[in-house]
Amino acid sequence: MMITRSPRHDMMMIGVFALVVLTMPIWLAPFGAAYPDLLQKFVIFGIMAVGYNILFGLTGYLSFGHAAFLGVGSYSAVWMFKLFTMNVIPAVIIGTLMAGVFAVVIGYVCLRRSGIYFSILTLALAQMCYNLAYSVLTPITNGETGLQIRPTDPRIIDAMFLEPTERVPTTTLFGIDMTGYGGFYFCAVALIITFFISVRIFRSPFGLKLRAIKSNQNRLNYTGINTRPYLLIAFVISGMYAGLAGSLLAVTDPLAGAERMQWTASGEIVLMTILGGAGTLFGPILGAWIIKYFENIFSAFNDGRLHEIFSFLPDTLESIAVGISAQFVGEGWHLTLGLMFMLIVIFLPGGLIEGFNRIVARLRPGQARRRAPAVEEKEAS
Amino acid sequence: MSLFKKEISRRSALKGASAFAGSAIAAPLVFSKGAWAQEFLNDPGDSPTVTLGFNVPQTGAYADEGADELRAYELAVKHINGEGDGGMINTMTPTSLGGNGLLGKRVEYVTGDTQTSADEARSSARRMIERDGVIMFSGGSSSSVAIAQQSLAQDMGVIFMNGLTHSNDTTGKDRRRYGFRHFFNAYMSGLALGPVLADQIGTERRAYHLTADYTWGWTQEESIVNTTEGLGWETVETVRTPLGAGDFSQYITPVLNSGADVLVLNHYGRDMVNSLTQAVQFGLRDREANGQNFEVVVPLYSRLMAQGAGENIAGILGTTNWHWTLSDPGSQAFVASFGQEYGFPPSQAAHTCYCQALLYANAVEMAGTFYPPEVIRALEDFEFDGMGNGPTLYRGGDHQCFKDVLVVQGNPDPTSQFDLLQVVQEVPREQVTYPVDFFEGELGPYEVS
Repeated sequence: MMITRSPRHDMMMIGVFALVVLTMPIWLAPFGAAYPDLLQKFVIFGIMAVGYNILFGLTGYLSFGHAAFLGVGSYSAVWMFKLFTMNVIPAVIIGTLMAGVFAVVIGYVCLRRSGIYFSILTLALAQMCYNLAYSVLTPITNGETGLQIRPTDPRIIDAMFLEPTERVPTTTLFGIDMTGYGGFYFCAVALIITFFISVRIFRSPFGLKLRAIKSNQNRLNYTGINTRPYLLIAFVISGMYAGLAGSLLAVTDPLAGAERMQWTASGEIVLMTILGGAGTLFGPILGAWIIKYFENIFSAFNDGRLHEIFSFLPDTLESIAVGISAQFVGEGWHLTLGLMFMLIVIFLPGGLIEGFNRIVARLRPGQARRRAPAVEEKEAS
Repeated sequence: MSLFKKEISRRSALKGASAFAGSAIAAPLVFSKGAWAQEFLNDPGDSPTVTLGFNVPQTGAYADEGADELRAYELAVKHINGEGDGGMINTMTPTSLGGNGLLGKRVEYVTGDTQTSADEARSSARRMIERDGVIMFSGGSSSSVAIAQQSLAQDMGVIFMNGLTHSNDTTGKDRRRYGFRHFFNAYMSGLALGPVLADQIGTERRAYHLTADYTWGWTQEESIVNTTEGLGWETVETVRTPLGAGDFSQYITPVLNSGADVLVLNHYGRDMVNSLTQAVQFGLRDREANGQNFEVVVPLYSRLMAQGAGENIAGILGTTNWHWTLSDPGSQAFVASFGQEYGFPPSQAAHTCYCQALLYANAVEMAGTFYPPEVIRALEDFEFDGMGNGPTLYRGGDHQCFKDVLVVQGNPDPTSQFDLLQVVQEVPREQVTYPVDFFEGELGPYEVS
């Protein structure tokens, strides 16, 4: 059994989480990450990871196809912008719902199998979606070039209220521009709401059933419980989370490309979840933030920047230090990420959250003894 | 009483009114001049430095090109700042560059990895614009990436100087006011290559196309098919291959029995190296079909690719934007300073990126401001010479450069590891120029904020 936490504790946790997310532009500044594009990516992929965790973290079903829902969300949102209005609300709603519809279809097919067969089926179906978007459905998706907003689009609702302009319009929320910090706060609110929903699911009887599926599905079947509806609901919820993330990507940067649906994008979500700690509440978000940080900040370091960092060293040492570390930044950022991932999987199978718990246990030995079983229980669940 | 009472005469009233009216008219001018300078994104203002962003593929199928582009940008920044030997600044005419930075500000730069993907490129570009405050960004390889960045440039109001991008769409249907291309395009390749193909391998040919499956591949295939069918060739089949496929054997086997006698490889970068090497390994070039020698054509060639494909390229025809063996003073100066810096000659990707950086810098000096609409107006219809391609025009109607195109051939006996291509013909600019409305497209407005 999970240690049951009081609702008050949960609300406090969500409050702290909301504070952390909303103050990101302040506390990320020293890390060189406080600019709208990356902040938006942080919260959007946070939503993605929270949703993925509902499926993978709770039921243990490893889906390799979530990028497809992300893509569906993006394409639907951009089409809403093109056809109806640049207001983001309809785009977000339709993007999420469309991903839900896709999730019902794909989930219905894939959930007939479990384990590795389920993973392969989702991978295959997602890759199929990608190839369709890339080639056959080019009239809808604009293929590899990606779906873009043009000044000549109809935008029926906007056309009724606004004067047509020559320039490409930007996405708005009733007049608030959604491409800069406005977009970040919009996505941040979405992340806090979805995180709240995820906490409620984790604490609910439904969440308990999902955990039961992970620990022993056969036993559940023998007790007379049909697990498939629960699995399908979990799959659809996490697909809709991905669709929401996809439509938010389109909100902050109105362009949808097929590469968002490629299997490497699905793999990235799996990496995020495992890196942070699958099945924990914060872990996947943490994983998403770290991977996005590496992808955007480490890949931009060049030799000049390294020389600045190591300038406190004597000249010869400096060039040696720069020479070695240059292999791990810039174009070598994949290497750093790979190494970190290996170390974490080998030494901290529970992800970064496990590492964090261990440190806390070290620092507070008295409390740790009391809490340690709870922690283990949580990981095993 | 009258001592204190100031009479308001007609004269003083008029004086006061006219002064007030005058200042009322002048005031907006004073304010708007300040506002006009403030209004654009990432205005360097009084800062002693100005930042440029270089967004190139450091990973993926075009990584070699990206690395060479970055070297060229670093060299260009040095020359703009007045370090090194100045390179093409000395040969460019007309030039406003004095080797003292941009409008007296020292040029700094930031770099990013596009990963040859539109999403990543845009997010990297937004980092440069939003965090690092770049006043211009530039980069290349892969047209879909270039087009995605160009539309971002238009949205945000920061100029984007295209690096290596060869698709017709970049300055065709996806042209943008804030995007500029120095490189030539697939349509020009077709116009230049046609007569040489007819001359060297005949007009009775059956062609089989393998095409990289994205905007550049599609437009190049279309252009080459149009040109060759105009010569009397027949197109047997056109097959799309995914970008970065690695193994092309499944696409090459069907060529053998297709009845074709020419294979056109619409591939670039490592894709071209792999597909060409495999085509040669399959013995395509030793075959005879329809009573003629089997030929391979690579419409877009570069020395880096030739280096990767080794001796397989001997005798293969294609076009290129520029080659380091050209003997004009501009090319010589660039090759000399690039060679001195890095120890080997630059590629065409390096050349076009270097030129773009200098052209932007020159336009800023000409405009006397960083305000993008003014810089754009300075670049539009700018006619220049001494940058390696002869007299060149930056056409204002579509932001495409028009200059001579080189038709090249793989060198059958190279004298060094860099002497891999020989120039067959320098096709003059008039022959590759097309009307501005040949491709339909809208540049969009100058002012975006």
